[in-house]
Amino acid sequence: MKRLVILGAGTGGTMMAKHLSKELDRKLWNITIVDDKKEHYYQPGFLFLPFDQYKPEDIVKPISKFIPKGVEFINQAAKKIQPEDKSILLSDGSSISYDILIVATGSDIDPGETEGMHGSEWDKSIFTFYNFEGAKALRDKLKTWEGGKLVVHITEMPIKCPVAPLEFAFLADSFFKDKGMRDKVDITYVTPLSGAFTKPKCTEALNYLLSEKNIMIETDFAIESVDNENKTINDYGGKSVPFDLLVTVPTNKGSQVIELSGLGDELNFIPTDKGTLQSKNYPDIFVIGDATNVPTSKAGSVVHFEAEILTENIISYIKGQKLEQEFDGHSNCFIETGNGKALLIDFNYDHEPVTGTFPIAGIGPLRLLKESRFNHWGKLAFKWVYWNMLLKARPIPFVSAKMNEAGKDYN
Amino acid sequence: MDKMIAGKTISVTEEGFLTEFGQWDKSIAEAIAAENNISLSPRHWEVLNYIQSEYKKETPLSIRKIGKSGVVDIKEFYSLFPMAPLKTATKIAGIPKPVSCI
Repeated sequence: MKRLVILGAGTGGTMMAKHLSKELDRKLWNITIVDDKKEHYYQPGFLFLPFDQYKPEDIVKPISKFIPKGVEFINQAAKKIQPEDKSILLSDGSSISYDILIVATGSDIDPGETEGMHGSEWDKSIFTFYNFEGAKALRDKLKTWEGGKLVVHITEMPIKCPVAPLEFAFLADSFFKDKGMRDKVDITYVTPLSGAFTKPKCTEALNYLLSEKNIMIETDFAIESVDNENKTINDYGGKSVPFDLLVTVPTNKGSQVIELSGLGDELNFIPTDKGTLQSKNYPDIFVIGDATNVPTSKAGSVVHFEAEILTENIISYIKGQKLEQEFDGHSNCFIETGNGKALLIDFNYDHEPVTGTFPIAGIGPLRLLKESRFNHWGKLAFKWVYWNMLLKARPIPFVSAKMNEAGKDYN
Repeated sequence: MDKMIAGKTISVTEEGFLTEFGQWDKSIAEAIAAENNISLSPRHWEVLNYIQSEYKKETPLSIRKIGKSGVVDIKEFYSLFPMAPLKTATKIAGIPKPVSCI
């Protein structure tokens, strides 16, 4: 009996377990998934929780509920990956061996990377919505906050779901308008990039949203420290932005087990072939989702597309065949713009987001790079799709792993 | 698009990044630096040489990476190439704009 081990039962690990439990010959292969957590979070919901649009119970379910039948679940932390003898050390001191390893350990925030960020003002006037506890704490803060300078901030790239902080700024604008206190709130968006959107095409098409919503922007801001006493964020170039309420996205890093195993880069992301998703250093290790260093967004849609490609490649690898499937970097996301509207963008390694229709060429019904109410409903419907289709690796109609080039306007 | 830099016709992007590293030489670097009000010192060149060697190894560049390189810390990187140091330094070094922006 051979063993395939999946580290991490988040979006990527759970989907791979489901795909492979259908595809592998179970008389020959044991599938084991390792994760120390008890809960599975619907992470896009962290954006809506601070504004009380989703309740905590909407976005959390038991992790075990999504482990497919016949897959062994070890509810422990992986302490170290030992690729030389193909084994993993677990938190209880025992170890398990593998023939194939899929690393799906994701990424997490580390406010400790920035001087002063995790200081005396943390959870008082400095918040993040990049995890469940943070989003809940921010919801409670917003209930009673009386206004002032709101600063929405990205520490450094890459971050998970790169448009989420901008969506937060848009939703905050709507939230304070609805509360009748928009005139008491200044919103400033602070980014290390040169524009609000991570892709130049988006910035060109969508900059109007910032002026329309009266959101100020500070670009090319590389934070050096947070001054808790004077409530400012300061950058290496000498710039300083004051805040009354700082909503920050701290540095995102890969899992600590990657660092302890010496498998990652300076942010603990694993050097991975961007086409095949095989680790660059160990042919029997594959990587999916946020844990990789591939140059596309760290997002659930990417993981969904990668899972289909990776399943094919693992089957080829087992047969001793060349890995034929090449991931194209396909990413697809809804961007909430507030007032019950949203945008949809679709892009890959080679193409920046374009206008057009999605998912069916010429028909839609969703419009790319254009605000609409329909897109917003699409985003809200996605919660159901995530729990009921995505995690169960059911195909989503008309949406393919590789980007469909038809129905889009390239200029 | 083409642009005259240091008396030569050079192919650049809209933002002024060279599209062919083969066209780069030290006089090009000095001209682009001058456009950004920078006069290149030996210290600048140590950083530029490091950036070019990382680019040739296909290492993705970021401000964090350069800060941990041992060649220069982030504070000094900013004082050498003010405002947006990674963009300015890669432009002067003749390599594409880093894609830490996704």
